[in-house]
Amino acid sequence: MHEWALAESVIKSAVEHAGEQKLKKLKETGVVFGELQAIDKEIFSFALEELRKQFPAAAACRFKIEVEPAAFRCKACAHEFPLKGLKKTKDEAEFIHFVPEMAHTFLKCPKCKSPDFEIARGRGVSISYIKGEK
Amino acid sequence: MTIDPRPSVIAERLKGVKRVIAVTGWKGGIGKSVTASTLALLLAKQGYRTGLFDLDFAGASDHLVLGAKGLFPKEEKGLEPPVFEGVKFMSVVFFSENKAVPLRGANVSDAIIELLAITQWGELDFLVLDMPPGINDAALDVMRFAKGAEVLAVTVPSVLAHDVLERSLALYRRLGVPVLGVVENMSDGRRPAGACAAIRRDPKLEAALGRPAALLKTAFARDLRRAAAKAGLA
Repeated sequence: MHEWALAESVIKSAVEHAGEQKLKKLKETGVVFGELQAIDKEIFSFALEELRKQFPAAAACRFKIEVEPAAFRCKACAHEFPLKGLKKTKDEAEFIHFVPEMAHTFLKCPKCKSPDFEIARGRGVSISYIKGEK
Repeated sequence: MTIDPRPSVIAERLKGVKRVIAVTGWKGGIGKSVTASTLALLLAKQGYRTGLFDLDFAGASDHLVLGAKGLFPKEEKGLEPPVFEGVKFMSVVFFSENKAVPLRGANVSDAIIELLAITQWGELDFLVLDMPPGINDAALDVMRFAKGAEVLAVTVPSVLAHDVLERSLALYRRLGVPVLGVVENMSDGRRPAGACAAIRRDPKLEAALGRPAALLKTAFARDLRRAAAKAGLA
């Protein structure tokens, strides 16, 4: 349940940003899951439910999760490519799940085979917006 | 708006760590990994709760120094580092199958932040960080996130290493990072210039790598223990 640690970072970060914006209560937080990290939505949501007990400002917050497709740009040949179609074993997918940068170890540009590519979109977990009451 | 939520929990992950020791040096091949790994073993042997985090992603080798094989972190509200010879150990090699990790600077930074955010170190007296050579993304990230980290600098008896070291120490002073001391590795026995302690060249060290019990019996480990004491560790 490594998702728990990331869920904690999301709720803590959302509450901190709400505080900076002088929001007393969080109503909604947009959470983006990068396709590359393949976060388990069910486990993540369960963790958020448990964690919200520790964060009163997020007690009634709705966490709206969306998945951002991963996109890569090769630094060697400038080819742009998606995650779909890239070969990886179950273990390799698990390692990328823990540390998305392991993509550079296990994946390569389908055109020139270089591991030197940029993860342009869809890497990991981020917050896209927060809404709340002042 | 895009917020990276991970930095918000890093202080939480490190709050049970009493002292963070960054073993650093500005040249490659001067023995940082052997020093960091052996220091962690020495501290654990003395009964301190100790962690070791290999941050040299491109050249991770602490697992080789320790002889740590077949380990993997446990998933428990994050990742709990496996314990090897009394040391909680985290390394990128757990996730790379010992293959090359070809990361650019920004990727290194992302990977370090990820691991700092998800690693549950628990209560530790010492967390030893094996830093990559020089001041780069990894070093700057550690200074940013592991506030209060103390530097143990490693050098070797070479005018090149000493000159580079002087520049690095000046930078640490400017950044307000405390430097515990400088240890001169591979010393020829002469009084080291600018270092608080010398670790003599030990021809038997190579054969002890990968065997913690043998490693702790080397002259290298004995000298390092004295050097660590001089630097205020243990």
